[in-house]
Amino acid sequence: MSEKIKKASRHVNQNEGLIFEKSSPGKRAFELPPLDVPAAEASKALGSHYRKEGVEGFPEVSEIEVLRHFTRLSSWNHAIDLGMYPLGSCTMKYNPRVNEFVARLEGIATEHPYQPQELSQGCLKILRLLEKCLLEITGMDAITLQPAAGAQGELTGLLLIRAYLQKQGNPRKKVLIPDSAHGTNPATAVIAGYEVENIKSESHGQVDVEGLRRLVTEDVAALMITNPSTLGIFEQRLPEIAEILHAKGALLYMDGANMNALAGITRPGDLGVDVMHLNLHKTFSTPHGGGGPGAGPVAMKKILEPFRPVPILVEKENGRLALEPVRPDSIGRVKAFSSNFGVLVRALAYILAYGPGVRQATEDAVLNANYIRKHLEGVYDLPYSLPSMHEVVFSDAIQKKNGVNTMDIAKRLIDYGFHPYTTAFPLIVPGALMIEPTESESREECDLFIDAMKSIAEEAATQPEIVKTAPHTTRVRRLDEVGAARKPVLRWKPAAPRSTAAD
Amino acid sequence: MRYLPKSPVERQEMLAAIGKNSIDELFSSIPEKYRLREALKIPGPYSEAEVIQYFKERATENAAGYTSFLGAGVYNHLRSVVTDAIIQRGEFLTSYTPYQAEISQGTLQAIFEFQTLMCQLTGQDVANASMYDGSTATTEAVLMAERLTGRRRVLVARSVHPEYRDVLKTYAKNSGLRIEEIPFTKNGTVDAKALQSTLTDDVAAVVAQSPNFFGVIETYAPLAETAHAAGAMFVVAIAEGVSLGLLRPPAEADVVAMEAQSFGLPPSYGGPFAGVIAAREKYVRQMPGRLAGQTTDSEGRRGFVLTLATREQHIRREKATSNICTNQALCALAATVHLTLLGKQGLREMAEQNSSKAQFALEELLKVPGVRRTFDAPFFNEFTVELPRSVKIVNSHLLREKIVGPLALGTPYPELTKHGLVCVTETTPRTEIERFAGAVKRALEQPV
Amino acid sequence: MAYPKSFRYTKEHEWVDMKGDLATIGITDHAQHELGDVVFVELPKPGAKIETGKSFGTVESVKAVSEIYAPASGEVIEVNSELQNKPETINSDPHGAAWLIKVRLTNAAAISDLMDSATYEAYIAEKGKETSA
Repeated sequence: MSEKIKKASRHVNQNEGLIFEKSSPGKRAFELPPLDVPAAEASKALGSHYRKEGVEGFPEVSEIEVLRHFTRLSSWNHAIDLGMYPLGSCTMKYNPRVNEFVARLEGIATEHPYQPQELSQGCLKILRLLEKCLLEITGMDAITLQPAAGAQGELTGLLLIRAYLQKQGNPRKKVLIPDSAHGTNPATAVIAGYEVENIKSESHGQVDVEGLRRLVTEDVAALMITNPSTLGIFEQRLPEIAEILHAKGALLYMDGANMNALAGITRPGDLGVDVMHLNLHKTFSTPHGGGGPGAGPVAMKKILEPFRPVPILVEKENGRLALEPVRPDSIGRVKAFSSNFGVLVRALAYILAYGPGVRQATEDAVLNANYIRKHLEGVYDLPYSLPSMHEVVFSDAIQKKNGVNTMDIAKRLIDYGFHPYTTAFPLIVPGALMIEPTESESREECDLFIDAMKSIAEEAATQPEIVKTAPHTTRVRRLDEVGAARKPVLRWKPAAPRSTAAD
Repeated sequence: MRYLPKSPVERQEMLAAIGKNSIDELFSSIPEKYRLREALKIPGPYSEAEVIQYFKERATENAAGYTSFLGAGVYNHLRSVVTDAIIQRGEFLTSYTPYQAEISQGTLQAIFEFQTLMCQLTGQDVANASMYDGSTATTEAVLMAERLTGRRRVLVARSVHPEYRDVLKTYAKNSGLRIEEIPFTKNGTVDAKALQSTLTDDVAAVVAQSPNFFGVIETYAPLAETAHAAGAMFVVAIAEGVSLGLLRPPAEADVVAMEAQSFGLPPSYGGPFAGVIAAREKYVRQMPGRLAGQTTDSEGRRGFVLTLATREQHIRREKATSNICTNQALCALAATVHLTLLGKQGLREMAEQNSSKAQFALEELLKVPGVRRTFDAPFFNEFTVELPRSVKIVNSHLLREKIVGPLALGTPYPELTKHGLVCVTETTPRTEIERFAGAVKRALEQPV
Repeated sequence: MAYPKSFRYTKEHEWVDMKGDLATIGITDHAQHELGDVVFVELPKPGAKIETGKSFGTVESVKAVSEIYAPASGEVIEVNSELQNKPETINSDPHGAAWLIKVRLTNAAAISDLMDSATYEAYIAEKGKETSA
C-alpha cells in the first residue's frame, strides 16, 4: 500500500462463510420461555396443513456464532460512520444516533396501527408535527406521509395529478421527463398509466424552456423535474416553466431528491411546484441501512388535497387527532397501515434537533460541494459550468484519453479509503462522476477527498494500469458480473447427499 | 450545531479558497425574490435531551401498559436483543445500496442469506431482497402475473387483508387491470365453486391469503389446480410468516408475496416492515426488486453482487419491472438475523406456542355465554368469534381493564358485524388470556 | 470483424441475410461491441409476427438493454435456441452462429432498400466521429 494514501491502510479482517455452512443439527441461538398453556396437538388441529418437520435447510447455530457471523460481515462494508460517501443525489449524511434511540422507545416502537385512536394520540401527534414541519420547509399546503420511498412518492404524486385532471374530465396522456432524470421517474410514469416523452436538456444542462413550450399541449398531464437538476444545478427558470405548464392546464411535479440544496433557503411551493416528494432517507438523515427503508412523503398545493391517499390525519374540535379512513375523492391507499412510521420518527427527531437552523446544514452542504469543485476543476473535465449547488458532476473525458474511465477511477478511490461517487449517471453526461459530499464532511475529510482525486488523476496519466485494475486492497477484487447475470445463483443450496452405494 | 463538523473559522477559510465572500453568494443562482429571508417556523433547535424528552412524552400518550389481542397483519412476537445489536452497527445501519460490490460484501452476503431463508420458508425457487411490505409485494406479484400472462383480469379472495386489496386496487386502476373479488364460504375458506365459475382464459392471477384475514388456513392445491387449468397464475399472500414454522408452505403457488414483519420487526405503528416476493425460477426475469447473486472475483474467490439489474428502473427506465429503488434492506437484515437466531428449532417452537395459546384462548372464550365461533376451520394464531353485542361496545369495557380487544370486522365485512378477530401469540401470558376471557364475560354482563 | 457483403444492414445495427423470401436476422459486430458482454437474449416464438420498425426482442448486457428492431415485416419461422444457454455467442460470432431469428418476409423486396456492407461501414465510421467530437 502506497504511503501517499493517507486515509486508509490495510488491516486483517476475518473471513466468514454462509450461515448455512456453519449449521449443525441441535445447535440453538434462542430459547423461548416455557409454554404456560396445554400444548395443542398441532397435527390434529391442523390436519393436512400440518408441516411435519421444521423448515428444511434452516440454520442451526449458537448465539455467539450468529453474532460473530454478522459482525464479521459488517466489517466488510464501508459506511457513513467510517467516512465520506460522496454519492451524488443520495445525500449520505450523518445518521444521528438519538434518532435510533427514540424510534426504539417503549410506547413508540410497540404501537399497533389498529389500536384505538384514543390510545394512539402520541403517534398521531408525531405525524401531525412532522406534517407541519415538512409543509413549512416545502412551502406547500397539504401533505401525505404514507409513501414508503421516493419512488412510491413519485407514483403517489402522479396519481394525485391524474385524479385531479380526471375530475376535470380528462386525465391526459403524457408526462414530460428530462433526459437527465433518475430512472424511477419514467418507470413511475408508466405505472401511473402515462406515456413518457423525453425532453432534452439545453447546452447548460437545464430544461430547454423553448423546447418545453413546444411540447406542452393539452395532452400533457405534467412535467417531472428534479431541482436542483441531477447535475446539481438550480433550474433558474423554474417559475417560468411552471407558468408554461399551468397555462395549458398541466401540473409541475418536483422530484425532491435534491432538497438538501434547498431546505431553509428557498421553498418549492414558492417557485410554482404543484406537487413534490421528499426522500426522508436523504435530506432528513434517516439511515440508508444498506438500501432501505426510506419514506417518500408527498407535499402538494391545495388543488390536489382532496385526492390524498387515505387515511387522512385530521384535528378534531377538542384538539384530538384522528385518522379518517374514507374520503370520496381519494386515490386510495398506496401502502397498508399508515406509513413507514419508524422512519418518520427519525426524520422528526432530525428536524427538531436542527429547528430553523436546518438552513445551516444546507449552506454547509453547498459550501462543501463548491469547495471540492473549485479544487478539482481542471483536474477533471467539467461538462456544465453553471454554478453547482450541493453536488457537482465531472466527466472522465480527460482520463479517457489514457483508457481510464469513471468506473476505474471510482474503484481506485476505494483504495484511498472512500466509497465511490456515483458513476455513469446522469445519462446526459457520458462517463459522469457525480459527487455530493453533504454537510456532514469536515474540511479535513474534504481535503483528503480532493487529494485522493488529484492523486488518481495523476495515476491515470502516468500509470493507468493501477487505476484500471483497482481496487487492490479490498477483500475481493472486481467481481464477475457477467457470469452472475448469465447463470444466476440466487440462493444457497445444500450439497447433494453422497450416495451410499459409492461408500 | 453538533451534526456539523465545521467551525466558523473553517467556513471562512473555505469560502476564501473558492473566492467567495459569503455563503449567500453560493446561492446566487436562486432568484432573489425566492430566497427566504426569515427563519423557518419550526420548533427547535433541541438538544439531545430535549429530543428524547419530546418522544418520551409522546410515548406516554399511547398504549403502553395495555395487553393487546390485535393481529390483522401486524404481530407481536419475541425479538432477541441480539438483532438490534447487529442492525445498529454503523457498517449495516449507515451503509448504502451495495452497487459497489467490493466494499459491500457484508450487505450482499446478508441479502443472499435472506433470499435463501425466504425460499426455504415458502418452498419457492427464488426470492428478492425485499419490497416495501406485504401489501405492495402482493400488488407487485399481481403485476408480474399480468406481464407474464398478458391477461388483464385478476380474481382476489375477499378473505385477503382488506388493506392489501385496497393497495392492489389503487395500483390496478391505472394499469387497466380488472380486480374482481371471490367470496368466502361459511367456513371461512375461499369459495372454490365461485372461483371455478368465473375463471375464464382472461384471468392473469388468482390471489389468496393463508392464514387469511380471519386466521383461517386455506388449502392450496385445489385453488392452484383451478387457476392453472385456466392458464392463470396462483399468487399466495402471507401476512403471518411465523405460521410457516408449523404449516405446509405454498409450494403450489407461482408467486408468494409475504410480509416479514413477524420476523423480528416491532409493530412500530405500521412500519417500516419488509415485503418479500418469492417465485418459481422461470419467472426470475420478471421479478421486481433487487437480487443478490453469487459469483467469483478475478482471483477465484466467492463473492456476491447485485444481478439481473436490467429489470430495474435505473437501467430499464420506462420498461422496468417496477419503479422500486429504495427497498426495506435493514428490515430484511433484521429478519435474517432474527431467523438465524431462532433457527429451525426455535421457529418451530415459536409456531407451536402460537398455535397452543390460540387454541387455549378460543376454548376460554367459548366458555363465555353467548360467544360463538364464526368459522369452523383450522387456524394458526388468529380466529374470529361472534359476540351477542357490538364488538366496539365490548371493547370499550375491555379498555377500562387495560385490554385492547378483538378487531371489529363490521367495517371491512358488513355481514360480519358483531364478529371480532382475536390474535394470540407466544408473547401473551396465560394469566392475560384468562383475564381477557373474564373481561369479555364481564363486558357482556353489563346492562345494555 | 468484416461485414459480409451479401448481408444488408439497418441503422439500428441489425443485419439481414436473404435466401428467397426467408430472412435470417442478427445484430452486427458494432452492436455487440457497444453492448459489451451479452448476458441474456429475449426473442419471439416461432409463429409470431414481426412488423417493420417495431421491436421484436432485446439483447442484454450487465448494464444495458438494447431493443432489436424488425428490418421488415413477416412471420418468425425459426428461433436460435442456442442463445438461451450461450448468449456470449453474440459477442464471439455475431454474424454467424449468433443469428437470432429466421423470418418469412411478406415483402422480400423491401430488404434491397437497406444499406449494403460498404454503406454500413461508412455509417458506423461517421457515428464514431460524432460521439468523440
